[in-house]
Amino acid sequence: MSFYQELRTYSDFPFVDFYKNISLEQARSAVAADAHTPEMLLALLSEPAGSLLEDMGQKAHVLTLQHFGKTIQLYTPLYISDFCENECLYCGFNKQNTIPRRKLTEDEVEKAAASIAATGINHILVLTGDSRAQSPLEYIKKSIQVIKRYFSSISVEIYALTREEYAQLIRAGVDGLTIYQETYDEKVFDRVHVCGPKKDYLFRLDAAERAARENIRIVNIGVLLGLGDWRKDVFFLGLHARYLQQAFPTADISVSFPRIRPHAGSPFTASCTVSDAQLVQCIIALRLFLPYAGITISTRESSRLRENLLPLGITRLSAGSSTKVGGQALESCDESGLSQFEIADQRSVADIKSMLEKKGYQPVMKDWLHI
Amino acid sequence: MDDYLVIGGKKIKNRLFMGTGKFASYAMMKDALIAAEAEVATVAVRRVDTASKTDNILEYIPQGCLVMPNTSGARTADEAVRIARLAKASGTGSNWVKIEVIQDTKYLLPDNLETLKATEVLVKEGFVVLPYMSPDLSMARRLVDAGAAAVMPLGSPIGSNRGVKTIELVRILVKEITVPVIVDAGLGRPSDACKCMEIGCAAVLVNTAISISSDPAGLAGAFKGAVNAGRRAYRAGLVSPSDQARASSPLTGFLREKNEDA
Repeated sequence: MSFYQELRTYSDFPFVDFYKNISLEQARSAVAADAHTPEMLLALLSEPAGSLLEDMGQKAHVLTLQHFGKTIQLYTPLYISDFCENECLYCGFNKQNTIPRRKLTEDEVEKAAASIAATGINHILVLTGDSRAQSPLEYIKKSIQVIKRYFSSISVEIYALTREEYAQLIRAGVDGLTIYQETYDEKVFDRVHVCGPKKDYLFRLDAAERAARENIRIVNIGVLLGLGDWRKDVFFLGLHARYLQQAFPTADISVSFPRIRPHAGSPFTASCTVSDAQLVQCIIALRLFLPYAGITISTRESSRLRENLLPLGITRLSAGSSTKVGGQALESCDESGLSQFEIADQRSVADIKSMLEKKGYQPVMKDWLHI
Repeated sequence: MDDYLVIGGKKIKNRLFMGTGKFASYAMMKDALIAAEAEVATVAVRRVDTASKTDNILEYIPQGCLVMPNTSGARTADEAVRIARLAKASGTGSNWVKIEVIQDTKYLLPDNLETLKATEVLVKEGFVVLPYMSPDLSMARRLVDAGAAAVMPLGSPIGSNRGVKTIELVRILVKEITVPVIVDAGLGRPSDACKCMEIGCAAVLVNTAISISSDPAGLAGAFKGAVNAGRRAYRAGLVSPSDQARASSPLTGFLREKNEDA
């Protein structure tokens, strides 16, 4: 089985006509429904539904409260290597960018981990660029062994692996996988991934499923808004998440959908822009479609916007983020590093915690344990 | 006459058990536990950070309230057993454990078979085991045979606030099961809790309804009152409902009248 089979059933679907012809009444019915079909998700993402955001938001808020309470889980990303063999037009790690690259030594991994753990963070997301030569699985596993001493939950956002490789990572202590398809549009995917291992659309699409088959606890999938038609990408993201929920009922499935931010290297511009209101519509539509899925909001968004988005369905926030190798812990001793993208919300863990408490949310620092 | 619930040798007066998840802050959770005068609170082991100076949930449980660790997040009996052992090793709470084994993230319904397996292991290791279960008589009997100190059937799915949708099955457990029956999950209103107590449940466990309320302490107090009222009604004895109006003694009232001829 693969989600690709479901995806292919929409290959001739007239998305543009559907958006054009949908009525306000159809959008209202979709908002009012208790359970949502794929067509209803499209209606929630349609232009007419854009005028129903407050009603949709109220419903999304209630659903989020019911499933997650007044809590937001915090995590910090840690980049351990930025070597990359891909040419992804939208990414600062693009191999054509001739800037100094680095990967952390075991001692540096330890130093960065200790520094992040000292902020009270217990959930970490470990990232690398896509280079099996420079950051092979053995290197990642060794890094996990070090990191495991400091955190109770470890997710990875690395190149797509085989099933057996995911099993190895899980045995090493990883309990979560984040993997972005970036766009579900195969033509756009092929265009923006000029070359490199990431160009293999299907191998990437099935990565989440391979990890879930190995019983990974948390799967976070995502798209990069602005590469293709955002409505289509969010629609397929919702379908992909629901597919995984149904196929793997023990896994916690969550979704992310950051908007493209500037990055070092070639001045890539988004093929479509997504306004704040449209981003809100994406969050609400996915909350209604996936009532119990986690939703992460990226530090690519401004602090003000992130705060306002909280009650609409957000369940996870990153804090103390840096997109440079070594993160904030090692930044001071290396100014030459490259950022994968620019972050807009640069607040510390303490600042984010304080903001959440003021807004009536409990920042959840620990929600798992190595068993 | 005092009316205590006794589990694992502990005498419990207040039959409202509370969960500790989903609160906006630990301070609000503590206020709610105090308002409920809770004597038993369940805490997810996955959330406990004994190393933290500021975020250790155990620091916010009022004195005198027994901490019952739960195995939230366990997908198999083996994971539940390991979580319970970790709780014991780290000194989290008492030797009580609420077993939760869930293989379904959508409805959060318990896996009764895995729950039974975990119960068998943990009872032998000396835990006071309270398994969260789907209300099924055969399984409840097996859990009792395995040494469960109570059974905790769900009222409706966790966090749903839909009330005691399983009431007929819970009623059967109350009649047939020899250990305390404690309804856990789905109770959305104090009247739901009252209804459970009226039919003879030994206690109820409430979390989401209180934690996501705009006034958790206020609602915790209301639940406490409802649990108490339901328990008193059960002990007093409730009369069966009738389809017709009935005067107090239409046929035999004369027997109690004074015989004026005498």
